[in-house]
Amino acid sequence: MVEVQKSGAFQVLVGKVDNILQYAVGDPLRYLANWGRLYSLWPVHLETACCSVEVGAAAGSRFDFERFGTLEAFGSLRQCDLLIVMGTVTRKLAPRLKLIYDQMADPKWVIAMGACAITGGLYFDSYNVLRGIDDVIPVDVFVPGCPPRAEALLQGIVLLQEKIRKLPTLSGA
Amino acid sequence: MTFEMSQANTPQPGTVAKPPAVPSSPPAQPKPEPARAKDLSVRINSRFPTVAVNWMKEKRLKVTTTPDKVKEVAFFVRDDLGFDHISAVSGVDWIAKNELEIVYFAGSVKPGWADFVVAVAERVARDNPVAPTLIEVWPGAEYHERETHEMLGINFQGHPNQSHLLLPEDWNDLPPLRKDYVSPGR
Amino acid sequence: MTVESEYSPDADRIMAVSLGPQHPGAGHFRIKLWLDGDFLVRSEPDAGYVHRGEEKMGEYRNYIQNVPHLERPVILDSCGILMPYALGVDELMGNSIPPRAQYLRVIMCEANRIISHMYYLGILGIFVGHSTMIEWAMGDRDFWIDFAERIGGARVTFAYIIPGGVRNDMPAFAVEKGLKTCDWFDKRLDEYEKIFLKNPLFLQRSEGVGVLSKEDAIRLGTTGTVLRASGVKHDLRRDEPYCVYPELDFEVPVLEGGDSWARAYVALLEMRESVKIIRQALKKIPPGPVRLKLGPQPRVPAGEVYSRTEAARGEMSYHIISDGSPRPYRLKIGTPSFKNLRALPHLLRNVHVADIPVIYWSLNYWPVEADR
Repeated sequence: MVEVQKSGAFQVLVGKVDNILQYAVGDPLRYLANWGRLYSLWPVHLETACCSVEVGAAAGSRFDFERFGTLEAFGSLRQCDLLIVMGTVTRKLAPRLKLIYDQMADPKWVIAMGACAITGGLYFDSYNVLRGIDDVIPVDVFVPGCPPRAEALLQGIVLLQEKIRKLPTLSGA
Repeated sequence: MTFEMSQANTPQPGTVAKPPAVPSSPPAQPKPEPARAKDLSVRINSRFPTVAVNWMKEKRLKVTTTPDKVKEVAFFVRDDLGFDHISAVSGVDWIAKNELEIVYFAGSVKPGWADFVVAVAERVARDNPVAPTLIEVWPGAEYHERETHEMLGINFQGHPNQSHLLLPEDWNDLPPLRKDYVSPGR
Repeated sequence: MTVESEYSPDADRIMAVSLGPQHPGAGHFRIKLWLDGDFLVRSEPDAGYVHRGEEKMGEYRNYIQNVPHLERPVILDSCGILMPYALGVDELMGNSIPPRAQYLRVIMCEANRIISHMYYLGILGIFVGHSTMIEWAMGDRDFWIDFAERIGGARVTFAYIIPGGVRNDMPAFAVEKGLKTCDWFDKRLDEYEKIFLKNPLFLQRSEGVGVLSKEDAIRLGTTGTVLRASGVKHDLRRDEPYCVYPELDFEVPVLEGGDSWARAYVALLEMRESVKIIRQALKKIPPGPVRLKLGPQPRVPAGEVYSRTEAARGEMSYHIISDGSPRPYRLKIGTPSFKNLRALPHLLRNVHVADIPVIYWSLNYWPVEADR
């Protein structure tokens, strides 16, 4: 039996069965898991700076991001999977931002909203401002603007949803 | 739709920008003397002869004193002149004269004086800036003084808590508003 | 065996908790709380999470370049924070602003006051669990943002009020939109009173909660709605008039209670007055130029000025020192939230935990503005 396992034909057979399982069971499962994730994003309730006003407007009744499935979570931050960094991150907030990001459950995504979160923006020469948050946490979508219009934030969420739809692994990492 | 843009001053490519036109204003009329400010400064000077009055405008008066007298002057301004709350506390770094200036702007809610602001200023040496706290005079000055302490390095004696309010807890550089502190990136 | 016999009476009873920067009820701010069970013993604010160094940055830019970054601290009320800056620089330069520009400044400041108060009442609604209030307020303030966008060009940051006047003229279609919005909003404010401010559940949660007496309000240096809700009739639009406020007819609402409900109700009454002001200003506005030609780098003569106006949250003040160069020597911004901050540990003391969000937000404290 051990010699049969080492033969090339058996390996090819195992490979083909693996491929069939992948197409028949793995891909649809992954599609289903990603579909569930992208239509139920839970943002962390962390307000960083002035862009939070436009997020408030985006959550309001005119622009309503709840119809995209993004619902503000009032529970613990450990059950959230989306971190929208709304604006400038100062040096005082940066360690707290990392702490919050580390506590979120995998898979998690980050939207950098506003010019200040992307490169430091208008406050590039301030002594207390981080020039872009991608030095501290990894970012998935950058939404430019100062502040970005609420429609621009909605476009950013839709882009993130497209990214999640195409994730290659089941764990979403 | 009419839009009024100052296109006269945006330089067209290839030309040199013209110097800005002097804004035309009506001929200067002799300004009446600020009566209330003069009255207040007379009262202050009669009680504290060494206090200097820096500017006297229609609704503003600035008196400059020294750190050892500033508390008495402040009590006088609050109790006798009726300026009952702090509007702002501003610290200025006069690096050329090697001094720091602290200005307390006091306002009033009493009718007739609600538009007036008295500024009580004092100057301290730059290398050892120590001044008494004025929390007993105006309790609202507590956070203002704390901010001035962390931004300019002035030590307010008698202040209950001079820890950092706005700066991060681990700030170990020069106080940021000093002129010899240069912002990174400039 | 009772519980008391197991624990020592004093130690371990007080628990220190952070109502931290990541909290649905905190904003960009942290409050350190010391709790004894359900009872709050004392609190201490921890500001500085949005301290961006505006005052230091002001010294590296000239007077016109300062306008965009100075309007970001209180982005909801961006004209309110630029108004005293423009007044101060105009006073230093000796500019006389054309009347049409002054009317436009007043219209934008009052529209921003309404936008800011709507956000305030909306968030106050969600803090007490009234989700209809937040959705209505966030949706309705968009009508006012549309009106301001027709004049200023952007949704919240217009960079509109500059030294020398305003940046551009108001198009004719904005007047009609403004008058329609005023008429519609008057009726809408009656509905807000019915569902929120006269709602018995909100009254139960906010009446008598966080009472700030008149003497304390004056002594601690509070301004704006907090001061007027404690019985002090002090409004810089009436007491130290600027622009064309003396020509407009409006009242200053004052309430005697000093509790959280009074602070919220004063905001609603102020919105009614703002609608009156905008309607009058839109009808009385004269034609003419809107901007003095100062150039991109105006030279301001040496001098010192302390200018203040009534922004949405209270008294906004600037201490500008100029040394004759195109850049300010010292630009000190005094924001109403920072002035009101001293009242927070005074009020958040000896109350139950459930009263904390109501008291905290009723002070209309905007952390970005207080930190600058």
